[in-house]
Amino acid sequence: MPSERSAGVLPGGPGEGVQVVIAGEGELATQEMTLSIGPQHPSTHGVLRVVLGLDGERIASAIPVIGYMHRAFDKLAEARDYRQIIALSNRHDWLSAFGNELGITLAVERLMELEVPERAQWIRMLVAEWNRVLNHLMFLGSFGLELGAMTPMFYAFREREDIQHLLEAATGGRMHFTYNRVGGLKEDLPRGFLKESSDLVRKIRHRLLDYEGLLLGNEIFKKRTVSIGVLPGEIAKSYGVTGPILQASGVAEDSRKTEPYLHYDQVEFEVPTGAHGDSFDRFLVLYRRIEESLKIIEQVHDKLPAGPIIPAKMPKNIKPPEGWTYVRTENSLGETGYYLVSRGGKEPWRLKMRTPSFHNVSMIPYLLEGVLLPDLIAVLGSVFFVVGDVDR
Amino acid sequence: MAMTKEERQAKIREVEHKILAKKGIGAAYGLAKGLSITLRTMLRPAVTQQYPHVKPDLPPRTRGIIALQEENCTVCMLCARECPDWCIYIDSHKDVMPPKTPGARARTRNVLDRFAIDYALCMYCGICVEVCPFDALFWSPHFEYSTTDIDELTHEMDTLGKWMDLVPLPPPLEEGAEDPKEIAAEDKAYDLPAAAPAAAAAPTPADTAAPAPAAAAAPAEAPAQGAPAPVPAEAPTSAEAPPSAEAPPPAEAPAKPERHEEEPPQIDQETYDRHIAAGKSDREARALAKKAWILKRRQQG
Amino acid sequence: MIFYELFDNFWAVLGLKLGVLFIFFLTAPLLIGYTEHKVLAHMQARLGPMEAGKFHGWAQLVADGVKFIQKEDLIPRAADKWVFSLAPAVVIVPVVVVFLVIPFGPALVNSDVAASCGAGGCGWWGENLDVGIFFVLAVTSVSVIGMLMAGWASANKFSLIGAIRGAAQLIAYELPLVLAAAAVAMQAGTLSLVGIAEGQQSMWYVVPQFAGFAIFITASLAELSRPPFDMPIADSEIIFGHMTEYSGIRFGLFLLSEYAGIVSLSAVATVLYLGGWHGFIIPGIPGPLWTLAKIGALGFFVIWLRATYPRLREDQLQKLSWKYLIPIALLNILLTGIFKVVF
Repeated sequence: MPSERSAGVLPGGPGEGVQVVIAGEGELATQEMTLSIGPQHPSTHGVLRVVLGLDGERIASAIPVIGYMHRAFDKLAEARDYRQIIALSNRHDWLSAFGNELGITLAVERLMELEVPERAQWIRMLVAEWNRVLNHLMFLGSFGLELGAMTPMFYAFREREDIQHLLEAATGGRMHFTYNRVGGLKEDLPRGFLKESSDLVRKIRHRLLDYEGLLLGNEIFKKRTVSIGVLPGEIAKSYGVTGPILQASGVAEDSRKTEPYLHYDQVEFEVPTGAHGDSFDRFLVLYRRIEESLKIIEQVHDKLPAGPIIPAKMPKNIKPPEGWTYVRTENSLGETGYYLVSRGGKEPWRLKMRTPSFHNVSMIPYLLEGVLLPDLIAVLGSVFFVVGDVDR
Repeated sequence: MAMTKEERQAKIREVEHKILAKKGIGAAYGLAKGLSITLRTMLRPAVTQQYPHVKPDLPPRTRGIIALQEENCTVCMLCARECPDWCIYIDSHKDVMPPKTPGARARTRNVLDRFAIDYALCMYCGICVEVCPFDALFWSPHFEYSTTDIDELTHEMDTLGKWMDLVPLPPPLEEGAEDPKEIAAEDKAYDLPAAAPAAAAAPTPADTAAPAPAAAAAPAEAPAQGAPAPVPAEAPTSAEAPPSAEAPPPAEAPAKPERHEEEPPQIDQETYDRHIAAGKSDREARALAKKAWILKRRQQG
Repeated sequence: MIFYELFDNFWAVLGLKLGVLFIFFLTAPLLIGYTEHKVLAHMQARLGPMEAGKFHGWAQLVADGVKFIQKEDLIPRAADKWVFSLAPAVVIVPVVVVFLVIPFGPALVNSDVAASCGAGGCGWWGENLDVGIFFVLAVTSVSVIGMLMAGWASANKFSLIGAIRGAAQLIAYELPLVLAAAAVAMQAGTLSLVGIAEGQQSMWYVVPQFAGFAIFITASLAELSRPPFDMPIADSEIIFGHMTEYSGIRFGLFLLSEYAGIVSLSAVATVLYLGGWHGFIIPGIPGPLWTLAKIGALGFFVIWLRATYPRLREDQLQKLSWKYLIPIALLNILLTGIFKVVF
């Protein structure tokens, strides 16, 4: 004897999708509601859609739907030369755009076996670390905003504005820098950059204390994020998650330490890890990583040598020899991999980016099952991703 | 207290962390601290710049708009080819001109008919500016050119030319930087040594037998830039020069500005007048007058 | 002469009172709203409205009101028309009604016009009800119905979730509110708001009832759905809760009711705990100005909390009320009773 019968779907309007199930005798069945968070939603960072199956306020299933921002970068790269690809690659992780360019130039330089001048390598490190600070500040602010704390967002943007102004003086752009070139950099730093940079390091280090007071020490914030969205280290590794999220789950894996590129082996910094792998730890790791990046920037100020920023004999047309390479860099959101296959032409045969946000987003179903709807926001906010990076 | 400011702040943070770790009182302290931070920010001035009453202070390298110096363009089409978005539209035709001397081949010249940049497509990457071999395109920080219709965002030669007035000078480079390529190219073009021979204005401490003013000039003229001085004539003399050759000139002589931050060259009026009288065009006369001015400046040190 | 005679007339006085209160209802929420814009902005290192009205944007909320009035009135096709249309009214009318019984100043001792004022006497109030605080608490609970009406009639899942959250929250926090107010009534010996305010001549009730004051403020914030208790309208999750589908003047009325609610509950808290119209330290300032200043201070505190804290999750909110606030409020009543009897 069937204990329940379906009465169909509510017709028309926003109520569609609600499956009405009428309980039989002696049972109290609740409906499962399908709710689509996004693609337009104030709290998902960009056009990510998460299809939730809700039981009251508890999430029964969560499926991320990506691809709303797919721009066919892999295909575009087959028809552009390397300088154009550098300009286009900025658009992936746009919160720390320099990191994307850097990986591509490192891949091409490795294929061509180019000797990049010392000064260029150190300046690259400097700008890359400032980009990391930019990216992490953004997530510090937006995480608080999603939980209801609107003020740290404005503080984060105040700091970001100062950094963007600094980088604009050197590169000309505030977000999409196009500063790398194969072999080095486009042009050298303007006068006064290093002094402004060190002043800014001191200013931001002082202002970071505000975030600690407003969020990290706040009881309500702790209640919303401690033990929420726990991600064990093994599961994170199996999903291919890297970067601050993996470090918050206790695994101290950082490409700058394991496979140092540029001169990361000549500067001292730590890789902060979290103890529990919950949302609070992810936030705390982000905060600590900013401090470590500021330390690196100060060391680069001291160690920056004089010299050219591009080799004297650079070929006009960049044609890497036949072959392939895979370069991994520690971008702000995690490890980014660049797979470059060249057949001797001035355009690559294949250029694929392995982006960290894609893997961060792929573990949303694991993190969200069984979680309450308000915790959805606490969890989604702590899974750091940029949609351009997910969809490429 | 014998502690520095940082030590005191670090100690306060330690104590705060201990309080926050406790259960009840830690929560109350944390909540109160949050309130104090917002109150403190409220009492400080705001960081807002009220545009449009206040214009932003943009650095010279800002990629705001691209301006075209039409006279320099030879319609080589490199910019249109290199643009990743194909947003530069160029039309031209060839003009046939009579040969200079009778009987020679007729000369052809490219004439630019249309140069338009579609700013609705442009992604402000700057590859066109970088790749132009004739310095016809320049960046400017100008950004207030929004229009009400997307078609109006395609700007033609005349507007692009007017924007040349808004192109700033490139900023001087940081210490330790090499001179930009243009300066090295200039040296080569004018066939000059990198160092002025008569820079005797900067006397070095004569504690060794530094032979000639040339040797004195060499260390004075080669500050610790790491710039490869392309003139071999300096090498033998500076090899004899003592290690103090690396030291910067002493305090009495004014520090020579680095090459890439000298003031931009002007024209030498005499030379200009002379060439105009000889029948050359204004453009040619200006170019020759500028060369003369630079040579004069080098000789004067 | 005629003017003096007017004051003899019951209807004229009533009309005057209603007029004054209506103006107060229209301007005070706008002032608090403008304060919120500016205070929030400066706490976030920015400036807030600066253009509307030239001088620091004083006319911003007036401009917003005009904007809302001239907007298109949208009702979703699947919505329940009548319930949808009536919901804003059900939410805002109780808040206005509360203003009628709040005393802003002391009694006026001119006996000539005593007859025209009604049973409670003449003074800086609309009506001096014997059951003042009871009336206030009963009336403010009516807004919950409006919230539920809006959430259900919108035919929108986000609104529904918001309305259910709001209903649960308001029911949970009604009790601490009532218990805290009951303790004050016990202390004063009367339910009349005027009597409670007059009883604070020597000492404001916030001193013996500090726990009750904290509970009353917390419960008021939850009643108003203000941060950190704004789960029902959490804009990062459910867009705007029960108000999502509203536009135009209906939406404007919802927003007005939020600010009017801040004013009214601050006013009630002022009367109950902060001594009403009684001043301190500085002599010579008239009573109503003291009341307005205290309402302003409490409003500033409410805005300050919004700028600083993230929001509590729904179940944490319920836990706070049922497991902490209500037992403390009951203990408060017990202690008040003991002290009243013994001393």
